[in-house]
Amino acid sequence: MAMRSGRLASAMIAMIEEFRTSLKGFAMKRATLVFTLALAAGLSAQAASAQTLKTVKDRGMLSCGVSQGLPGFSAPDDKGNWAGFDVDVCRAIAAAVFNDPTKVKFVPLSAKDRFTALQSGEIDVLSRNTTWTLSRDTSLGVNFTGIAYYDGQGFLVRKSLKVNSALELNSASVCVQTGTTNEQNVADYFKGNNMKYEVIAFGTADETVKAYESGRCDVFTSDVSQLYAERLKLANPADHGVLPEVISKEPLGPLVRHGDDQWFDIVKWTLFAMINAEELGVTQKNVDEMAKSDKPELKRVFGTDGNLGETLGLTKDWVARIVKATGNYGEVFDRNVGAGSKLGIARGINQLWNKGGIQYAPPIR
Amino acid sequence: MTIEARAPPSQFVAKLRRVLGGQAGWGGFALQILFVAALAWIGYEIVANARANLAAQRIASGFGFLSNTAGFGVSQSLIPYSESDTYTRVFFVGLVNTLVVSVIGIFFATLIGFLIGLGRLSPNWLLARIAGGYVELVRNLPLLFQILFWYLAVLAALPNPRQSISLFGSFFLSNRGFGIPKPVGTVGFEPFAIAIVVAIVGALLLRSYARRQLFQNGRLIKIWPYVLGLLIGLPLLATLVFGKPVTFEYPELKGFNFSGGSRIIPEFVALTLALSTYTAAFIAEIVRAGVQSVHKGQMEAGASLGLTRGNTLRLIVVPQALRVILPPLTNQYLNLTKNSSLAVAIGYPDLFSVFAGTTLSQTGQAIEIIAITMGVYFVISLVTSAIMSFYGWRIGRSMGA
Repeated sequence: MAMRSGRLASAMIAMIEEFRTSLKGFAMKRATLVFTLALAAGLSAQAASAQTLKTVKDRGMLSCGVSQGLPGFSAPDDKGNWAGFDVDVCRAIAAAVFNDPTKVKFVPLSAKDRFTALQSGEIDVLSRNTTWTLSRDTSLGVNFTGIAYYDGQGFLVRKSLKVNSALELNSASVCVQTGTTNEQNVADYFKGNNMKYEVIAFGTADETVKAYESGRCDVFTSDVSQLYAERLKLANPADHGVLPEVISKEPLGPLVRHGDDQWFDIVKWTLFAMINAEELGVTQKNVDEMAKSDKPELKRVFGTDGNLGETLGLTKDWVARIVKATGNYGEVFDRNVGAGSKLGIARGINQLWNKGGIQYAPPIR
Repeated sequence: MTIEARAPPSQFVAKLRRVLGGQAGWGGFALQILFVAALAWIGYEIVANARANLAAQRIASGFGFLSNTAGFGVSQSLIPYSESDTYTRVFFVGLVNTLVVSVIGIFFATLIGFLIGLGRLSPNWLLARIAGGYVELVRNLPLLFQILFWYLAVLAALPNPRQSISLFGSFFLSNRGFGIPKPVGTVGFEPFAIAIVVAIVGALLLRSYARRQLFQNGRLIKIWPYVLGLLIGLPLLATLVFGKPVTFEYPELKGFNFSGGSRIIPEFVALTLALSTYTAAFIAEIVRAGVQSVHKGQMEAGASLGLTRGNTLRLIVVPQALRVILPPLTNQYLNLTKNSSLAVAIGYPDLFSVFAGTTLSQTGQAIEIIAITMGVYFVISLVTSAIMSFYGWRIGRSMGA
């Protein structure tokens, strides 16, 4: 009993603690965001669009929206610095713009608040496990810049339930984070397979996981990568398993506001540069050597031939800056979510196109 | 020579000038016109700017989204709802959930609040200290903390559905909520319902008769045995004559959860508990202040007439105290309703959570949705205060004030 109440107390303290931040992100931020959208963004319309690069440079900081704490993608590390796959995309952009990957202000956002934050100009780029869908692309006033991670939605269950397939989940209680594509996919999936379910939706990922852990739900559903990440937060990760079914396509990538093509290009090509770097074998270690190469392909990439970086609005050595700061796509994947990380997610379809995967970037030329 | 009586200044114009311009007269009136015009212009600028910029950023606007399919599930809906319904339906589901939690919360908060408030004034030392302790403890802890406490405490203590606590084999308590038999109306339902209505009307008539007797002739009539007889006897009679009014559908464990029957979800229980106990602490203080505002001579007068303490309170003190209690009490009711939006912390699908939350993030139409939600809370608040004002007016009238 003492142990249970001790765990209860610590769970509550953690929830309160987290809620302070999320409330800030909720009540206050939501209100300010909406009014900013209505008033400030309204009154300074021209300033908001088409000049993001200048705004960022004047500020001396890139303002980057990330998740509120998803190990492997964006979470503070043990020294309190933000780290993860999505975080490295932000750092790469900062490196391309400032030649300094530390010039990023990270803004943790819940799934519900992320788009409003981007629309209202609070952040310059949203790099947060966000699924590219048609309705988001067309009606939210945002542009997806590319696919950084090919994901799909799955289910996490207790092993003690002895469930081997998502099709055995009839009448289950499902915990989900509100405002996500997951919430709608799970409805489609259960309906499509003629199964009943009860959904309990929470504002943040942490609340969702806590409700799952407390036994309120049989299943926690989210993108598979996120399930692996959240599983690390559970008391006994080994007691929980991800079911084999992947019920949706979840292409995740960074996004920017409508109406600023230059900034759109910069974010888009930062990601493409990381992927191209891996394809060309440019790594954080050998980047200085490779920059001196005589190969025409590498000369274009490193700006010793032509002025591709300048056409983007950056400098000629933009690719070198990016790779020096964060490494190439493969290195970033490996370090944060892949074999070299606690999550240990297999590269799978996120492998490069010429190595059996579908990750593919347009050429730099 | 006659003195022609000068026509008195037109009362109407003078009154108009006073109403519109106050003490400043027509000048004040002109200032007000200017002020309103300025406000209208600012309002217009805001709306026009927002529209232009939404269009420039190609963000969809307008209310067309309300007829789109929602495509997500909701854990509690008292009106029929499925994933293929529209966002309008989601709005009503959330609204009903908010109203239910608020009304039930207000009921219990008032009940507990009055008991604690009167308890604090009790001559019984222990009771007064316990009530005082309750107020100090509950009032000084943040509401969000209390909601999470109840939610996590309720959940942590309860077993999973397969090991649920069963009462009489028809009530089931588990971490999925409280499963209860669901009444299903049968042939005898209508006469049964009519009998209940008749019994309630009869009881109300009896009560007003008793009050008249009390105020006019000073006769104290005990009506509760008759009321009880009416309320139990009539429906019983209807059942005997017309047959069973309802049958019950019992919850059964099927697969992971209970199916059949009705279920009270833990989110609802936690939210109602937290809201009503929290608001009750404030209501208790309001009741205490109200009762103490009535001169203590009134209490002594009641005692000297031979009334019991309970009757003195009920018939003399509380009605007078109500005039002081009602306005701040209305505030507490409004607070409770608005505080119910904290439901989002524990996944209870209230208006704020499913409409200003989920719907907003699915459609991205922040301005429209926030405007609608603001309007709804505004209307709920206005209606609540209107009801309370009406009640206050009636009390005032019945006391001849």
